[in-house]
Amino acid sequence: MFASENREFFIDPGRCIGCQACVHACSECDTHRGHSMIHLEYIDRELTPQTVPVVCMHCDSPTCAEVCPADAIKRTADGVVQTARKPRCIACNNCVLACPFGVPKMKTEFELMMKCDMCYDRTSVGKKPMCATVCPSGALHFGTRSEIESLRQTATPVNQFQFGRQVINTKVHMMAPKARTPAYIDVAAALEEYPTGQDMFLNILTDF
Amino acid sequence: MERARAILCGIAITSALAVLIVLGSRNLAHFDAALVGYTFATLFATFGIAYRYAMWLQRPPTWRYWVRGWQLFLQPRHLGLNLIQLTRRVGVMFALNAFIWRRSKLRGAAHWLLMWGCVLAAAITFPLVFGWVHFATVPGDLQSYRAFVFGFPTLAFPIHSWIGFIVFHGLVWASFLVIAGVMLAMKRRMTDHGAAALQQFGEDYLPLIALFAISVTGLMLTASYTWMRGYGYDFIAILHAVTVILTLLWLPFGKFFHIFQRPAQLGVSFYKEIGARSERAICRRCDEDFASRMHVEDLIEVEQRLGYRYELTDETVEHYQWICPRCRRTLLAIAQANLWTGVRGGEQLTFDVATTSPQLTMLSQKRSTLSHGD
Repeated sequence: MFASENREFFIDPGRCIGCQACVHACSECDTHRGHSMIHLEYIDRELTPQTVPVVCMHCDSPTCAEVCPADAIKRTADGVVQTARKPRCIACNNCVLACPFGVPKMKTEFELMMKCDMCYDRTSVGKKPMCATVCPSGALHFGTRSEIESLRQTATPVNQFQFGRQVINTKVHMMAPKARTPAYIDVAAALEEYPTGQDMFLNILTDF
Repeated sequence: MERARAILCGIAITSALAVLIVLGSRNLAHFDAALVGYTFATLFATFGIAYRYAMWLQRPPTWRYWVRGWQLFLQPRHLGLNLIQLTRRVGVMFALNAFIWRRSKLRGAAHWLLMWGCVLAAAITFPLVFGWVHFATVPGDLQSYRAFVFGFPTLAFPIHSWIGFIVFHGLVWASFLVIAGVMLAMKRRMTDHGAAALQQFGEDYLPLIALFAISVTGLMLTASYTWMRGYGYDFIAILHAVTVILTLLWLPFGKFFHIFQRPAQLGVSFYKEIGARSERAICRRCDEDFASRMHVEDLIEVEQRLGYRYELTDETVEHYQWICPRCRRTLLAIAQANLWTGVRGGEQLTFDVATTSPQLTMLSQKRSTLSHGD
């Protein structure tokens, strides 16, 4: 039972300040204690200060689960794609290579894939995920739709992502500009793009 | 079609076991009719396991790696080394459960005790039930027993000796291991918050309860005939049979099915090992080695069979699978940031830094862009 039915996960990498609070808080989660499931990536430190926290997007049709030869990854009725079931995972690395968002982590020493399960120990009893609890800049936000609408008046959540000919719907949303709301975020199109970090915008927090 | 193949597979393997029972018990001459319930439950479980295994094997990813695992293992140039590695891995992975101990000592101890208790009990029970093993007194020496395997005479030993004591109480030792394992596993499930969030009664508690019931009723049988002059023996025997038969019938459906899936881990280890020595897949964005080429190509094929369409119009990249996991995470951020270009913020400060190419800093430092988790 997912006790946070009215609350959703919203990510805005543009707000990330790279403080690593989410990384450390993540490792406090009881379902993977001591192991952080968040990837905090520096896009390219030579060009930009931009960082991005990557958590599981919890796809409607999770590629990681479909390509798992051991049938070890399950999606709960409430749409949370759980970490690999320990008795089944055979550490083949398929999920790590197949996830279009690059989320799963292979723990070779345990012969086990581990990934973000949206802090199921917390969200299943109505609490926020650890990362969203500690994020100081609002890059990771867990709340209701009306909360996010009042907090981010220039933004709107999008949960469709395109990779070539494949469109993936996710449970987790990413914030896009309301003035230019796309039907989906074309991730593969960014292959042609480079970080825009030479530009710094002073009042980035105006809609905080 | 898949179901038909799985049913045929189930029938074939169940029939093969039935034939082996007849042959091994010498036309049922050594078959104990009192154990017929166990036999039929085992035959049903065999059909169920073979059916489910065949269905599982027909999933595109499972079939791809099952075939590939055998191809790589049986390659003549690698076979010798593979056999040595197989022996080592069976010992380290399965006999010692090394990877489970590394997950946590409590989990490791619980699983190791449960596994060896069940292995020992199965190794004793099934051959006895099928009539493959029986004991008979040595002619002329009523104080000795001889063990017969498939009707062939093997070792003889005195009944009242330490060997006899150990052999005839084999299931008692197995139940001690299982009960200790169940206690440790129950402790973990009752006290670990992470386990509490994810566990389900049918998937996680029921197997422990079933193993505990089998072990305790089995011990009660020994206690009854050893110290209580057979008090309540018939009732306990029926109770024990019910617990064992229900567990056997449930074997193909629940958590115990991982016993039959888990050997796939061996195939995967050869797949990864040979992949590490063969041609590598280079990320078509950052030029970093991130997997074996064989793995990426197999995954593209599997994804296409599953109906995923990650093909790209950009001919230099071809397929999103040729992008490494780190670049995928980076691209997500760049794609989102580009949406906001010219929208977010007010005064723009442009630094005049000359950058002639999108060379990644970590690459210029000859460091891998892949994080530990990749």
